[in-house]
Amino acid sequence: MQKLPITESEPDEHGHWGKFGGRYVPETLVAPLEELTKEFMRAREDANFWRELNQLLRDYGGRPTPLFHAQRLSAHAGGAQIYLKREDLLHTGAHKINNAVGQALLARRMSKRRVIAETGAGQHGVATATVCALFGLRCIIYMGAEDVRRQALNVFRMRLLGAEVLTVNAGTRTLKDAINEALRDWVTNVHDTYYLLGSALGPHPYPLMVREFQSVIGREAREQILSASGKLPRALIACVGGGSNSIGLFHPFIADEQVRLIGVEAGGRGDSLGEHAARFHTGAASGGGQIGVLQGTMSYVLQDTNGQIATTHSISAGLDYSAIGPEHAFLHDAGRAEYIWTSDAEALEGFELCAKLEGIIPALETSHAIPPAIRIARDLPRDESIIVNLSGRGDKDVQLVADLQMQ
Amino acid sequence: MSRILGTFAALKRSGCGGFIPFITAGDPDLATTELLLRELAAAGADIIELGVPFSDPVADGEVIQRASDRALRKGVTLRDALTCIAHVKQRIDVPIVLFSYFNPLLRFGEDRLADEAKQAGADAVLVTDLVPEEAQTWTEKLIQHELDPIFLVAPTTSGDRLAQIAKRGRGFIYAVSRAGVTGARDKITRDAEALVKRVRAVSDLPVAVGFGVSTADQVREIWGFADAAVVGSAIVSQIEKLGNSPDLVKHIGKFARSLVAPAS
Repeated sequence: MQKLPITESEPDEHGHWGKFGGRYVPETLVAPLEELTKEFMRAREDANFWRELNQLLRDYGGRPTPLFHAQRLSAHAGGAQIYLKREDLLHTGAHKINNAVGQALLARRMSKRRVIAETGAGQHGVATATVCALFGLRCIIYMGAEDVRRQALNVFRMRLLGAEVLTVNAGTRTLKDAINEALRDWVTNVHDTYYLLGSALGPHPYPLMVREFQSVIGREAREQILSASGKLPRALIACVGGGSNSIGLFHPFIADEQVRLIGVEAGGRGDSLGEHAARFHTGAASGGGQIGVLQGTMSYVLQDTNGQIATTHSISAGLDYSAIGPEHAFLHDAGRAEYIWTSDAEALEGFELCAKLEGIIPALETSHAIPPAIRIARDLPRDESIIVNLSGRGDKDVQLVADLQMQ
Repeated sequence: MSRILGTFAALKRSGCGGFIPFITAGDPDLATTELLLRELAAAGADIIELGVPFSDPVADGEVIQRASDRALRKGVTLRDALTCIAHVKQRIDVPIVLFSYFNPLLRFGEDRLADEAKQAGADAVLVTDLVPEEAQTWTEKLIQHELDPIFLVAPTTSGDRLAQIAKRGRGFIYAVSRAGVTGARDKITRDAEALVKRVRAVSDLPVAVGFGVSTADQVREIWGFADAAVVGSAIVSQIEKLGNSPDLVKHIGKFARSLVAPAS
């Protein structure tokens, strides 16, 4: 494949990054998606919108987040300096709030009083429930039964925040099925309902819009690393489920060709289809590397030879999804970003290492980025740096890890 | 003229409304699907929609989701659905619409699908999650193979889009009776009639109304303002209820006849 240098990554007016993205939805949803696109494009050019968003992100969300020099992790790696972008310090404990606040402002502009959202790990559900409480909006969260089980703490948090959590028992009972159910709700209640999608996936304008709201991560990180080390990092490393925290970190660096962009997928417990959630898996029986259409967008999708969407497995609910956001698919094919995977077992090692060496308990999703960060830092000189997006904190996972250690 | 347009022209000449049942291929199994298709044709179906099972049917309510699940658990594929069409086409003359989500078709290969669907004897293809904007080359391929691309319109569809869709579509326009997923409802909303009127204003294509149609009264109501009524979930739910009962095929035939029977 020819690798072209790319300096920007903008979709066309219909939300296509090359062949990826677009809008593959039932006809009923086209009108609300067009309405949303129009409102988002208007807000994007509106200084007052950004002023209000930035003020909320600062005073309510806790931005800017620090870029922390993880000296003990760096020493452990024995190479480049590792910096952690501390999205875990945000209100509600993950980067998800950046997007939730932005979209809640849009919902308010559009006078939609009923908000629905899907959630995997529960972080997006909690962020959505939080902003709905803040803005006085009715909130309904769809969550797969399997995720309800493994993220019980977040279910309780959402209910405390006044949200209705609806358990989805269809399909694999994880994030994918929660999105299906949210789409079915939206198609039924289009007139008064805002669908607050949590990742950089789904039909246009969601992948673009979520990226725009998450790009604050990369914009801050770029300034912070320049001020801390006087030069750009050699690599950015972030976990990728749908891909919102990673695209948020990557996007402001896309023109900086010397900066490697490395997305870390969930390698799960094995290399065969169904045992992992690595859409760019290269194993012969892995099902990786197939282009398809799922939930409104064209991208790389884990699927069987008949085009049925495959089940996935990951220890982390937030990465347990069969498709990757379309902009990642584009960056992958353009050769601008690289994608690797970390197994469940390695992610647990990253989880413990970060806790013991830095006093930071990361989310299991985030933990996938730690082992590759150490390997990459090891191969670089000490006067270079890399940035890991510490996308979320691990309180929600403590019980799960405790249970695993008991076994 | 395509066979589907021919069917509608004949209906119009005789002053009748059309009846379009939907079933999922492989529910409860492929052999029974073939028998059901023949029975539905005998019971007065003017066109039949055959659904390809898909793992993530976002436009469908629970009844058709479960039908899809049952078929997938038996390993039913797009290829099987085509084989099924090829078999019954030797015995029945009713036009068949292949009804699918996009991903199974994409994986099968768009060219190959157009080719093999034609060979099997399908007359049209309707892709639930493929709107005309994303379907340019796809539509051309189908037309080249003399297959009608059928598009949906919904009460939320704007006037501009309605005209665009009418221009791209062939065979008939499928009007979704209301915002929502497939599944039986007590009432056909006013939305449906208003939508059909809007379609008529921009297109000469026949209009079929579906989503939520489950009784003979509703079918007759739709015939009052549209060319045909599509009945899906109500039939599929009967198939679910009877499962592997030996009376299944006979019962579905009876149910289909009851849907199109004149008012007593």
